[in-house]
Amino acid sequence: MERTLVEIKNLKKSFPIRGGFFGREIGRVHAVRGISLCIKRGEVLGLVGESGCGKSTLGMLMLRLIDSDSGKIIFDGTDITAVSQPKLRRLRQRMQIVFQDPYASLNPRMKAGEIIAEPLVIHKMGDRAERRKRVLDLISKVGLPESAYSKYPHEFSGGQRQRIGIARAIAMNPDFVIADEPVSALDVSIRGEILNLLSDLRSSLSLTYLFISHDLKVVEHVSDRVAVMYLGRIMELFPAESISQASHPYTRALISAVPVPDPAIKRERILLEGDVPSPINPPTGCPFHPRCPHSRDICKTEEPALREYLPGRTGACHFIDEFK
Amino acid sequence: MTIISVRNLTTQFSTDEGEVRAVNDLSFDLSRGETLCIVGESGCGKSVMAMSIMRLIGRPGRIVSGEVLFGSGGSSVDLLKLDESDMRKIRGKKIAMIFQEPMTSLNPVYTIGNQIGEALSLHENIRGATLRRRVIQMLDMVGMPAPERRADEYPHQLSGGMRQRAMIAMALSCTPDILIADEPTTALDVTIQAQILDLMRKLQSELGMSMILVTHDLGIVAEMADRVHVMYAGRFVEKGNTEEIFGSAMHPYTQGLLRSIPPLKKAPPDSRLPTIPGMIPSLIDMPAGCAFADRCEKVHNDCRGRDVPDDPCGVGRLVRCFYASQK
Repeated sequence: MERTLVEIKNLKKSFPIRGGFFGREIGRVHAVRGISLCIKRGEVLGLVGESGCGKSTLGMLMLRLIDSDSGKIIFDGTDITAVSQPKLRRLRQRMQIVFQDPYASLNPRMKAGEIIAEPLVIHKMGDRAERRKRVLDLISKVGLPESAYSKYPHEFSGGQRQRIGIARAIAMNPDFVIADEPVSALDVSIRGEILNLLSDLRSSLSLTYLFISHDLKVVEHVSDRVAVMYLGRIMELFPAESISQASHPYTRALISAVPVPDPAIKRERILLEGDVPSPINPPTGCPFHPRCPHSRDICKTEEPALREYLPGRTGACHFIDEFK
Repeated sequence: MTIISVRNLTTQFSTDEGEVRAVNDLSFDLSRGETLCIVGESGCGKSVMAMSIMRLIGRPGRIVSGEVLFGSGGSSVDLLKLDESDMRKIRGKKIAMIFQEPMTSLNPVYTIGNQIGEALSLHENIRGATLRRRVIQMLDMVGMPAPERRADEYPHQLSGGMRQRAMIAMALSCTPDILIADEPTTALDVTIQAQILDLMRKLQSELGMSMILVTHDLGIVAEMADRVHVMYAGRFVEKGNTEEIFGSAMHPYTQGLLRSIPPLKKAPPDSRLPTIPGMIPSLIDMPAGCAFADRCEKVHNDCRGRDVPDDPCGVGRLVRCFYASQK
């Protein structure tokens, strides 16, 4: 249980912005700016952050769906940033992704059975009859009726489509699944079903998840540990059960911004001023300092390092000890 | 004092498969200064309802019956009977609307200032420097940073939060009596959402507006609403004030919705999230009886086949369920 499955070390990625007549590079979007994380085998690590903070880019980097600029991604002992394509392909069988939008991530011209079988075909698993058997097995694992096999994506509801996406992701018996906003496009009453399914599969297939979402309530519900991301950096990392003791000013503001479905609770809300700064030109010092209610001089010049401020809890803030 | 009264509003869409009744016999009143939240999942008809009140339903949709009585006492008018030129005098001036996606509801080829000024020049006939002053004043009121500069910028130059502020400035420019906000913060991040909700609350109390807030987020409802109407498959299934809905919901659908939100404190490990099985029924050829019956855990045989009156159990408010109870 305590063994590390995925470890990333100082991962960085920026994207060029091209403009002008010749498409010259006129700037760079710094999406992921030096992130180190460890995911233990069997764990669910939640990654939460606002749009544009780089959380999806981080997910794509971890599967090498895009290449990083620098840093290491160690999957079960192998640095996947350094392996050859054929080897990467073999490793990829063990890591899969579920995407946010179940409408956009399924090919409308393929039947559900073909969509789920595709990874099996690509990795040349079994013959036609074996694949069909495996697909039917997967269909029942994700709670779809057998008739789903020969239907097209448009014939399914949003929740059912997400089940197809999940069946495709677990087809290769992966160890590690990245779920990138898997329930954000779904209605509230459907979300629970998908979250329950993910947690069932976690125990029956002993999966490890990176669960990416902007929704703190969802992340907290499914995760063992939660990492809070802001402008390409991890701001705080803590066990999900102690979310209420989160100390970083950004995490606190994020928690207080979530509307609570209980009219009796009148909370003091920490209202953040302004918008998330642009990742093209991230602020110097602490990335959060322009919006932080506790910002002091040092925050403008020196970027705080992520450090353990309490056992099992790390935070990147110069004054985090004052807030705990 | 009632400012708008909707009576038996029904809106249908003609499709190849038949008539779809998106809004089915809805009635409600809105008082001055009040916030009414309409809650429901996607496809329940809440946006169609908002658009119907504004008379913005286009083909193949049409409002087939009902009244939208605007104004109070003897001076009220039925918006559905007005001719288009009279409706235009009300739309944007007396009743304004904010849409969910600010990027698709702002015109990309005009500056923000230009678009906010449009309603003012149309309804209040102001021009030139006075108009510009009013526009900047509006942008300032909604908390837009550097309003003089932003007024000359185009929508793509603004962030999502700023665009929604611009939309609010536009909607409030003529100080309407009623603001209809259709999922105004759904496209925004939580920290920006908190800013916008705060702003809406502040402006509402300053300007004494009434608000119809359409949302699927019960957290927002709890923070904003005076009264709540829960919508399912084109109809209201439960009405109540905020305390009644959150404290003693009686309709199984409302109860299911409330249960399916994960609480923001850690539940015991491996706890399962309660869900509502099944999905919203197709609105084509809806059978008589309760539309929620197929998903309801308390369903009885006689729930189907007969129409559900407003309050069959004598709760004292609309709870459209034959077996309404707090449990």
